[in-house]
Amino acid sequence: MYFERFDPMRGESLQVLGPEGRLQEDLRPDLSDQRIRELYERMSVMRLADRTAMNLQREGRLGTYAPVYGQEAAQTSAAFLEPLDWLVPSYRETGALFIRGVPLANIYRYWMGDERGMLFPEATRVLPIQIVVGAQPLHAVGLAWAMKLQGEPSVAVAYFGDGASSQGDVHEAMNFAGVFKTPTVFVCQNNQFAISLPRSQQTAAATIAQRASSYGFPGLLVDGNDLLAVAGAMQEALADARSGRGPRLIEMLTYRFGPHTTSDDPSKYRTDVELEKHKPFDPLLRLRRYLKGKGLWTESEETGIMARSQAEVNEAVRQAEAVIPAPPSDIFAYTCRRMPPYLARQQDELLAFLKSRGGAGHG
Amino acid sequence: MARNDRIIMLGEDVGREGGVFRVTDGLQAKYGNQRVVDTPLAESGIVGTALGLAAGGMLPVAEIQFEGFIHLALDQICNQLGRMRTRSRGRYGLGVVIRVPWGGGIHAPELHSDSPETLLVHTPGLTVVTPSNPGDAKGLMLCALRLGEPVIFCEPKRIYRAIKAEVPETDYTVPIGRAQVAREGKDLTIVAWGAMLREAWEAADELQAEGASAEVIDLRTLSPMDSEAVVESVRKTGRLVIAHEAPRTLGLGAELAARVAEEALASLLAPIERVTGFDAVMPLAQLEEFYLPDHRRIIAGARKVLSY
Repeated sequence: MYFERFDPMRGESLQVLGPEGRLQEDLRPDLSDQRIRELYERMSVMRLADRTAMNLQREGRLGTYAPVYGQEAAQTSAAFLEPLDWLVPSYRETGALFIRGVPLANIYRYWMGDERGMLFPEATRVLPIQIVVGAQPLHAVGLAWAMKLQGEPSVAVAYFGDGASSQGDVHEAMNFAGVFKTPTVFVCQNNQFAISLPRSQQTAAATIAQRASSYGFPGLLVDGNDLLAVAGAMQEALADARSGRGPRLIEMLTYRFGPHTTSDDPSKYRTDVELEKHKPFDPLLRLRRYLKGKGLWTESEETGIMARSQAEVNEAVRQAEAVIPAPPSDIFAYTCRRMPPYLARQQDELLAFLKSRGGAGHG
Repeated sequence: MARNDRIIMLGEDVGREGGVFRVTDGLQAKYGNQRVVDTPLAESGIVGTALGLAAGGMLPVAEIQFEGFIHLALDQICNQLGRMRTRSRGRYGLGVVIRVPWGGGIHAPELHSDSPETLLVHTPGLTVVTPSNPGDAKGLMLCALRLGEPVIFCEPKRIYRAIKAEVPETDYTVPIGRAQVAREGKDLTIVAWGAMLREAWEAADELQAEGASAEVIDLRTLSPMDSEAVVESVRKTGRLVIAHEAPRTLGLGAELAARVAEEALASLLAPIERVTGFDAVMPLAQLEEFYLPDHRRIIAGARKVLSY
């Protein structure tokens, strides 16, 4: 119903829950208040986990990190996938991975520079984090195609951002998806910045969602800070893709409250005034207002939520830091199925060198 | 840019942000957003339009934000830029400079630490340079801008802030295609470039203390490669160590070793030693120190060739 009712070409977009927390009942997706309350709690953990990663980086305990602060509602779109669906993430997807069931400790380990963190539980059906901007939507199309060919009712969801939308590969992905009518859902989180470049300079088009029509499938622009709009759009797109109606594109309009990564200084390209203008649209704040109105949230309950979140995140950090670093041989182990002799010699050479200088590993 | 108004700089975050390493900081404020241009996020787009800009009479200086992302532009770089002079029978030389932060050693995320220079050196029609110090950065850049042909300017990111040196205020040039003997020696030759030069120098210091005199050659231009300088040095020292961050197989060490074998085999007193990255994917930060060659591994390689 959303995709038909809201046409990005006519400047229309979906919002269910207003910034003040008022819900437009006729647009309400299949989402009970109890479920909203549960997701609010998961989003609180998500925010804390994200802030913790930033803090760990500042303390030198974690490497460069790309935060999701402000994008928690859009990231929670991953909660609506079925167990056998595929999630194909970019590097700014801590929240989506967490909601999908990837342990936070895995995510921390990856950003701590431990490649083994990327070995996500197989059952989550999440591909490794993508670093190249815009490479992964093609993979989601291929996955979806494979599902279709094998008669599996699974959907592959591609996560990418407004910056990625300029890459040739993203164009090719949507075009292939349209041509082969693959069960792919394209989730574009438009956080309005590609490092320093504002969305207005990324494309001269009014929206990214409207591009879908040029590939022959529907697109929808939603308020990406509105969990209910995100949920409704996602439920419908997944159902459509699953039932053989082809791909869908959802542009989730959100805002990156944090820097691009821990290496970035946003004061070079945006003012605090601009940032503050977006703070009232904080996705968690909005949900809190709604839940409070329903009698499902109080200040004292928030204290409990924060305590539980803190315990969950602390445990993940403890687990991540308790892992013994990989040995240097880990560099060579996965290059190819059978290690060629010259590579084995290179490995021997390194291990012998490390032994000769005392100790064969870290330290 | 003040002297030549045909110069236009383009890339991701090069303008308002001044580049992620601040290399172009302040240039947009000085020359305006028509000459220092923040482009959409599309590497192939950046290089492909740079080609058109050059064909149309401009002198584009494009930036690819990290070497790991140059692969997205390889059609435009290798098939288009590299071949255009030949395909147009010399009409379109295409003065394009592509600046790219290069190499490892800063504990960066994945695909921000690689050294894929072989891809470019293997491509006919491209000039590839990499400075190892601030003076060469200026001198090579001025020559690159004046060359009238595509130049890939690899900027070793590990030494962006690691080396402080006076840079001549004058019109200072460093000729493209010429290696430099950075340090004279007589017992062995160490060839390096970019960030590895510091490691080679440090190795030479320690070897000196052990009584071995190492000649250090800074290749500076990777293509066209000044192998004559290396051959000449090997004729003198009889021993050769080549150090680079890139994987060993078909790394530039392979080509240098081949040329030395072709031209100075009789001068060699020991097998050529390559101290390089491995034929494996560049690891994440936790294992990076084991992958990248350093002065200790260069010393080990030097001792090996000296033991013959």
